[in-house]
Amino acid sequence: MSAPVIRYIDEPHPITGLTNGKLGLWLFLASEVMLFGALFSSYILLRVGADSWPDGWDVLNVPLATLNTVVLISSSVTMVMAWVGCRLNNLGKFRFYMSLTIALSLVFLVIKTIEYKPKFEHYEAFLADGALVKGYEGSESITGHLDENDLDKDYILFSPDAVQHGTSGDDEHSDHEKGGEGHAEQIRINRLDIDRLTNFGPKHSNFYGLYFTMTGLHGLHIVGGIAVNLYFLLFGTGMFRSNPAQFSNRIECAGLYWHFVDLVWIFLFPTIYLL
Amino acid sequence: MSGHDHHDPGFIRKYVFSVDHKVIGIQYTVTSLLFLFLGFALMMIMRAQLAYPKADFSFLENIFGEAGFVGGTMLPEFYNQLGAMHGTIMVFLGVVPLAVGGFGNYVMPLQIGAPDMAFPKLNMASYWVYFTGGVVMICSFFVEGGAAQYGWTSYPPLANTQPHLIGQTMWLVGMVFLITSSLLGSVNFIVTIVQLRVKGLTFFRLPFFVWAQFITSFLLLLAFPPLEAAGVLQLMDRVAGTSFFMPDGLIISGSPAVNAGGGNPLLWQHLFWFLAHPEVYVLILPAMGIVGEIVANNTRKPLWGYRSLVYSVIFLGFMSFIVWAHHMFMTGMGQSMSIFFQTTTMIISIPSVIILTALILSLWGGSIRFNTPMLFALSFLPMFAIGGLTGLPLGLAASDIQLHDTYYVIGHFHFVVAPGTLMALFAGVYFWYPKVTGRMMNSALGKLHWIGTLVFLNGVFIPMFVQGMAGVSRRLYDQTHYEHGQAVQEWTIASSWSAWLLGIAQIPFILNFFMSFFAGKKVDQNPWKATTLEWAAPSPPPHGNFATEPEVYRGPYEYSVPGASDDYSPQFVK
Ligand code: HEM
Ligand SMILES: [Cu+2]
Repeated sequence: MSAPVIRYIDEPHPITGLTNGKLGLWLFLASEVMLFGALFSSYILLRVGADSWPDGWDVLNVPLATLNTVVLISSSVTMVMAWVGCRLNNLGKFRFYMSLTIALSLVFLVIKTIEYKPKFEHYEAFLADGALVKGYEGSESITGHLDENDLDKDYILFSPDAVQHGTSGDDEHSDHEKGGEGHAEQIRINRLDIDRLTNFGPKHSNFYGLYFTMTGLHGLHIVGGIAVNLYFLLFGTGMFRSNPAQFSNRIECAGLYWHFVDLVWIFLFPTIYLL
Repeated sequence: MSGHDHHDPGFIRKYVFSVDHKVIGIQYTVTSLLFLFLGFALMMIMRAQLAYPKADFSFLENIFGEAGFVGGTMLPEFYNQLGAMHGTIMVFLGVVPLAVGGFGNYVMPLQIGAPDMAFPKLNMASYWVYFTGGVVMICSFFVEGGAAQYGWTSYPPLANTQPHLIGQTMWLVGMVFLITSSLLGSVNFIVTIVQLRVKGLTFFRLPFFVWAQFITSFLLLLAFPPLEAAGVLQLMDRVAGTSFFMPDGLIISGSPAVNAGGGNPLLWQHLFWFLAHPEVYVLILPAMGIVGEIVANNTRKPLWGYRSLVYSVIFLGFMSFIVWAHHMFMTGMGQSMSIFFQTTTMIISIPSVIILTALILSLWGGSIRFNTPMLFALSFLPMFAIGGLTGLPLGLAASDIQLHDTYYVIGHFHFVVAPGTLMALFAGVYFWYPKVTGRMMNSALGKLHWIGTLVFLNGVFIPMFVQGMAGVSRRLYDQTHYEHGQAVQEWTIASSWSAWLLGIAQIPFILNFFMSFFAGKKVDQNPWKATTLEWAAPSPPPHGNFATEPEVYRGPYEYSVPGASDDYSPQFVK
């Protein structure tokens, strides 16, 4: 099909100074700003209206998140290097740095998973008399995880955190302390005494809800970026040779997106973990 | 520009997964007309329930299943599904896709002299994402518990209280698709208008329609993401058990809700209306654009105050982002908030009035051609005026206390969207049909359609003002339960009969739409003797649009220029 000739795909428009792709990307990023802006506003509104709000550094894993910040910033640097590879017409260099970018983004996701996982295994019971018990599911428990829907027994087995060891509600530290040894003794809690039983997943409280929603949505943006970068790495060689100008434009756009995702993290990290 | 060496791309690539903005525009038009028809059908069922509350609806059980009925009479839950889905379908799957996806896609690139949109593949993707969202919405009628039933606004906590019903969850997923689609579309529109205008076509030579689409795209681009965020948060509430919108101490059907609490139901309303107020301008601006084109063409005069029209549209776009909480005066959000939003609401009516005034003044002293598109466009003007003026009492917090959540509100916004926007969209169909098909629509049938539509639309919506001022709530499924409702029940019945007759009045349109495709009078490229660029292309325009790239020499509406040989001087003729 003789496609109609569309202008300014690879040469910039004389007045705006932008190619179509780059202008489109900036507009897309503007809408992304509104998306995350709305989420941050929701965060503020919910936090201001909350009776209590945990300190992020106390209950979340700041060292892992710091490591992830370093990983993500490094991937932004390698992304720039991949683009430089394009501009220098150096396919090897492009490939090397693009692979590195993708590898770093995968590392980010792995660390994220390591950070998420213990929170789904760690529980908190809100008892009818107002007391809170944190802990892990008891070892006798055969089917599934502790859950308020698991109604076939009238009690649950619970191995509480060694509360006498520390007073902070830090679930990360107790992870390490626990070390799978099951050192704390197991207790039975009557179901009728429990108002609500939840893991430290999104439904625990609005703090965890926002933590998972915002970092999760950010994580989805990372996945999207990996998909795009992988596409350019695997299928980009043809265009790299036939139309290097357009190819490096595309890499530049992918890079802008990647820096944006990076930037969102730069805001998320202090907001959720440190403030 | 070469558009001549055609290899046949095959049926699928040419008509189904096409990247040609014209084919995509037609796909959008046809799909959204079908959705408009569906939304209308749902509404006709609602009108039957409202007029004759105990009537026998057993024939509907075959379509929607038996859960919604007891012994043939309709249950309120089912009525609520109809209401929520009528609103959703009309706004998000009908009017906006027709006004922006259909008309915008087809006409805008032609009017700026471009061979296509800036990103043809993205354009195709945006249609198919829209299509998928529509399918999800329709399927939700057939799942356990039926479709969403919490109004098109989906206010929590109500919308969160039954997480096991997946209708509302599907509504949220469907909305994410629709939002994504309009995001892709709006990026494409803006880039196309900024980058691909043909030589000589400066911003102040753009047809008013293009300006309207331009501002509309910015509204879509920037207002929709907060709703996407809100949708994600509500999805988390329903699926992951969070409580972003669930307040402390909530009692559901007599027992305390089991969740963390601490959420804020007003947060949803803020996020929702942050989108949904700009959205009402998404509904109206393209309509104003269409009316502008048709009025100029049929008065054979330049539009009165072209520049003030443009500045008003830009100002309207800005302001529409800071009026949203006038939908929330009754939530107890606080007096200072009410005062702020009441003030901005009064300010935003100024540009609306300027636009309407300019369009009316454009008629002054013209030798008006009363063809079908012009009749529709002319009736837009008073209808929009009624809609806008009835908005003013709603925009003042004091009078809104009486009117909020009554049928008066329904009357207000339908006057803007139905007799207003829909009339303009019909006008657009009659006006551009010859460009799209190369044939005229029948004028006798068109006028029949016009008079029926105008009369019955008013018949449907005027009674709602009376009902509303009598205090009838907009959500009632049987107002005869209440004395104040019984007092105005005849108005309800009159409104219902008008709605059904309105349905019948569409028959000439449907016949005309299909028959003219084969039997309409053939036309040349410029049957209306118009001045803008789409009339420089053949009818219908080929792939790539123009035989030779046009150039623009003057403003968009140079009709009856003194000393010119014709009464119109097209932009594309030197
Ligand atoms: C220009 C003057 C206008 C003013 C002052 C105005 C004011 C208002 C106010 C204050 C409300 C909230 C009423 C309530 O819930 O108590 C409202 C509702 C509404 N307006 Fe307008 N409006 C105007 C124009 C428009 C236009 C142009 C449209 C659409 C094309 C529109 C569409 C709507 C819709 C859809 C609702 C109801 C939403 C709902 O609650 O379901 N309005 N208007
Ligand atoms: Cu509004």
